[in-house]
Amino acid sequence: MKSSERILTHAIRIAGSSSILFVLLIFVFLVREGLPALGEVSLSDLFSTRWYPIEDLYGILPLISGSLVVTLSSILFALPLGVGTAIYIGEIAPPKVKEILKPAVEIMAGIPSVVLGFIGIQALSPFLRVFLNLPTGLTALSGSVLLALIAIPSIVSIAEDALYAVPGSYRDAAYAVGATQWQTIWGVVLPAARSGLLTAVMLGVGRSLGETMAVMMVTGNAPTLFAGLDSLIMPVRTMTATIASEMGEVASGSVHYHVLFFIGILLFIISLIINVSSSSFRVKSKQEKGQVTS
Amino acid sequence: MIPEFQPSKPFLALSRQNAQKVGFMGIRLISLITVLPILGIVIYIVFKGLGTINWEFLSAMPRDGMRAGGILPAIVGTFYLMIGTALFSIPLGIAAGIYLAEYASDNLWTRGIRIAIISLGGVPSVVYGLFGLGLFVLFFKFGISILSASLTLSIMTLPVIISTCEEALRSVPYRFRVVGISLGGTQWQTIRRVILPQALPGILTGIILGLERAVGETAPILFTGATFFLPHLPSSPMDATMALPYHIYVISTQVPGMPAGIQYGTVLVLLAFVLGMNLIASLIRSRARARRQW
Repeated sequence: MKSSERILTHAIRIAGSSSILFVLLIFVFLVREGLPALGEVSLSDLFSTRWYPIEDLYGILPLISGSLVVTLSSILFALPLGVGTAIYIGEIAPPKVKEILKPAVEIMAGIPSVVLGFIGIQALSPFLRVFLNLPTGLTALSGSVLLALIAIPSIVSIAEDALYAVPGSYRDAAYAVGATQWQTIWGVVLPAARSGLLTAVMLGVGRSLGETMAVMMVTGNAPTLFAGLDSLIMPVRTMTATIASEMGEVASGSVHYHVLFFIGILLFIISLIINVSSSSFRVKSKQEKGQVTS
Repeated sequence: MIPEFQPSKPFLALSRQNAQKVGFMGIRLISLITVLPILGIVIYIVFKGLGTINWEFLSAMPRDGMRAGGILPAIVGTFYLMIGTALFSIPLGIAAGIYLAEYASDNLWTRGIRIAIISLGGVPSVVYGLFGLGLFVLFFKFGISILSASLTLSIMTLPVIISTCEEALRSVPYRFRVVGISLGGTQWQTIRRVILPQALPGILTGIILGLERAVGETAPILFTGATFFLPHLPSSPMDATMALPYHIYVISTQVPGMPAGIQYGTVLVLLAFVLGMNLIASLIRSRARARRQW
C-alpha cells in the first residue's frame, strides 16, 4: 500500500468516528454553560411555576408544560394523518397517484419552519381567532396545527418503511384464507408493523418537541401552566421558544444565560432518549433496505 | 402448530366488501387532508409574492427600515452560509459515509457511530444554536460570524449527508468491488475509480437535501451568525450576516408596519431556493435511475 493511500485510509477512519465526537462535544458544551445554573438557582425554584427572569424567577415548569401541550396535541393531528397517508402510499395507492403523493410529502418536509410560522401568523391564527371567537389567534392550538405539518413527513416516511418491512407472505396468507385487502391491512399488516409505527410516532414527537421557529411565531409566548382543555386556545410558551427568544438579550455568564442552557440540556437529553430508543428499528430497516432496493 | 384463523370483527356491521370501500375512502380522504394544506400554502405564497419579485427586489439593499428596497444582503448571506456549510460538511460527510459503507466492520464501535448519527439527526435545531454559541462563538472566539454559523449548520447537516452517502455506496453491487480488486486495484483505488462514480448521483442527492435543510434553518444561526440588519454586504467569514430565514422572522414579527408584499416576496424567494434544490435533487435521482445498468 502506498503511504499516501495509508494516510487517506486513516483520515477516512477518523472522519467515520467524527459523529461520536460531535455528540460528546454538544453534551460537554451544554453542560459547561448550563450546569452552573444548578448552583445559582435552587432546584425547588427551578422546578417552580413562575418564569419571570426580570425578577429572577426561573421556574421552568410552565415551559415544560407548554412544550408538552403543544407537542402532544400536535401528535393527535399528525398520527392519524401521517399513518393514514403511509397506508395509502404503501398499500393502496395506484403507482401514478404514488408518484404525485411521494414528492408532495417531500415538499412538505422541505418547507422551512419559519415559512410555516409566517403562514401561521398571516392566515392560520387570524382564521382561528374569528372561527373560535378568541381574543387572540396566537394560541397553543395554532402551534400544534403547524407542528403537525412539520411532524407528518417524518411520520409518513418511517411508517412507510415499517409497512414495507412486513413480509409479502403475510399478505399472501391473509388473501389465501379469503380476507379482503382492507381486512389484511387492518388485521395483519398494521399489527405486524406496530413496532415500526410506534417508532414513527415517537420520532414525530421528537420533531415536534424540538421545533422552534414556527412555534415561537404563533403561540403567543406567554409562560402559563396547563389548566384544562381551555389552555389549548390560550397563549403558551415552549422550552425551545424560550431559548430562541431570550438568548439574544442575555449577558453571557449571567444566571439567566445559564438557565437557558440548562433548558437546552433537558431538550438534548429528551431528544437523545427518544432517538436512541427508536434507533434499533431504524438501523435494522436501513440495513435491510440497503440490500434490496435502490 | 398452525394458529387458528380468527375472522376480524365486522366493521360497523358492514359486509366485508363495503367495509373495504368505506375504509379505503377514509384513507384516501386522510391523504388528501395531509397533502392539500401544503400545496395550498405553496400556491398561496406564489400567488401573493410573485407581484413583488423584480430585479430591484433581488438586487438592491433594504431601505426605510427594511420597509422598501430589496433583500440583496439576505440572499447573499444565505448563499455564503450555504457555501460555508458545504465546505465543511461535504468532505467530512462523504468520508464518514465511505467509512461506514466500505471499511467499518459490524462491531460495538460501529454501532456507537450509528447511534451517534441518529442522535445528531434528532438534536433540536435551537440546541445546535446553543452549542454553536458555546463552542464556536465563545470558546473558539469566532464571534457572531458566517464562520460560526456555517460550522454549526455543518454539524447539523452531517447526519443527512452521511446516511445518504452510505446508502448510495451500499447500493452499488458487491461484484463491482470484486472486479476492482481482481484487476489488481487496491481497496482505495477500487472505491475511488469504481464505487464512487457509480454512487455519485445518490451522494449528490444527499448533499443537496442536506444543504436544503441548512438553508432553511433559522434557530441554529440565531445566536451564531445572523444579524438583524447590515448596511453593506459581509466582506469576510468573520462578519455577521443577514440570511433569508432570519430575515423572514424579523420582518414578520419585529418590524411594525411591514408591507405585506415585501413579506410574501421574501418568503417566495426562500421557498424558491429550497424547492428549487429539492427539484434538482429529484431530477438527479430519476435520471440516474433511468441510466443505471445494474
